[in-house]
Amino acid sequence: MIRMVNVSKAFGTHHVLRNCSLEVKDGESLTIIGGSGTGKSVTLKLMLGLLKPDRGQIYVDDVEISKLDEDQLSETQKKMCYVFQGGALFDSLTVGENVAFGLRQLKKGTDDDIAETVSKTLNLVGLAGIERLKPAELSGGMRKRVAIARAVALSPKYLFYDEPTTGLDPIMSDVINDLIISLHKQLGTTSVTITHDMKSAYKISTHIAMLYEGGILQVDTPENIQKTTNPVLKQFITGSAEGPIKMKVRAGE
Amino acid sequence: MAKRAFEELTWERRLLDWVGRTLLDVADMMGRLVILCRQTIYWLKSAERRVVMQQIVEIGVNSFPVTALTSLFTGMVLALQTGFSFRKVFNEPIYVGTVVGLSLTKELGPVLTAVVIAGRVGAAIAAELGTMKVTEQIDALYTLGTNPVKYLAAPRFIACIIGIPFLTLMAIFIGIIGGGLVAVYRLGIPSGTYINEIRQIGWKEGAHGLIKSVFFAGIIVTISCFKGFTCEGGAEGVGKATTSAVVLSMVLILVLDYFLSAILVAFGIG
Repeated sequence: MIRMVNVSKAFGTHHVLRNCSLEVKDGESLTIIGGSGTGKSVTLKLMLGLLKPDRGQIYVDDVEISKLDEDQLSETQKKMCYVFQGGALFDSLTVGENVAFGLRQLKKGTDDDIAETVSKTLNLVGLAGIERLKPAELSGGMRKRVAIARAVALSPKYLFYDEPTTGLDPIMSDVINDLIISLHKQLGTTSVTITHDMKSAYKISTHIAMLYEGGILQVDTPENIQKTTNPVLKQFITGSAEGPIKMKVRAGE
Repeated sequence: MAKRAFEELTWERRLLDWVGRTLLDVADMMGRLVILCRQTIYWLKSAERRVVMQQIVEIGVNSFPVTALTSLFTGMVLALQTGFSFRKVFNEPIYVGTVVGLSLTKELGPVLTAVVIAGRVGAAIAAELGTMKVTEQIDALYTLGTNPVKYLAAPRFIACIIGIPFLTLMAIFIGIIGGGLVAVYRLGIPSGTYINEIRQIGWKEGAHGLIKSVFFAGIIVTISCFKGFTCEGGAEGVGKATTSAVVLSMVLILVLDYFLSAILVAFGIG
């Protein structure tokens, strides 16, 4: 289980999170929604230990990670994997080497075992036989799937997805959604996803949390979120320009 | 509000404010550089051999042609200028071998090699790590159980510390050959005289040049890795990180050259 308790995080004078509390239960597929710049990626990076909170505590399996030193944090991070928005594949390595990277670094098996795991994992994401290609030769959808394969190859307990469907066509977005659902079911990982894509959020989540003005506005099941009467949440999920969430649309406004 | 308050300050206060900020920034950068150095040294023993070998090829072997060409022509022009100048003063081109040999071994070999490598390798390291930083590949390393300093900085550090002194040695040798060609075929100095003068260069002069090149290698790799790791802001940020890595490395090489020379001479090395 991951718990954020009264977490605050600021960058200079810009306060991204203010006393934000959130709980991710084991086996859950939680999606965090919210407008651009509301701190969704920051929340994920705080959970992963890539950023330290200014105030508050973050517990991963009851271990407070913000106080850990680099080695202890590294041990906790072994339970988690992050699928970056742009994939963050290593350009200088082939697809096979990318997927095998974590396994090699953490010495999970012999070279033959690793090659077999790479092959199986690429097969799992529907990209069998592309081990020798370089990331530059892949389409956007393929890059996302290779990034997912790289994360899944390590069999993590927690899997974080940063906007997995952004920049993809609707069909490829649905392919990625199905992949996330099947991995959640097959591997039993706890997933946390951040997205703007409500269709994707409803499909892949067991719970949805709305981040607004530095805190969690509401956490509920996709069905209840769709029936919400909260005006902020309602405006966001319907994608309406009119409502309590004001966007700056003109310079100087 | 803060902007208005700043505008109301007198120019003396603004100057003080600027000096204070600059000093704080420099102190912050120095602190982070020292931390990076400490972490790099800590991870040296864990650096992957395969990556170290790749970097030695990239930094050492692939930099050889440009270093060789630079030092060849430096040796040639040094011999030419020395020969003509001494012919004007002494009526004959004497001490060409001594001047070429000592200049290349103690100064031009290490400094020119370091400057060329700062431009070629330092820029490549800063650009590569900077691109990795802005495309979140450095964060990805953390999430895959790998410390970026161990995987990226430590192998480059080892490759530079081994490769740059070796390149310096080659540069000195090639420069002396270039100077010899001009001395013999252009200035008409007997080859035996030139070789005898070169033979006067002892191990102390060689050690002087090589010790400096080790320090220059440390500067190039540390500054370039630091600029890459701290790069921010997309393509523009990568460009800025690359430029500042090269400029800062070159300036520090030239500044450190004076102080290292003074210290080594004081200790009787060269």
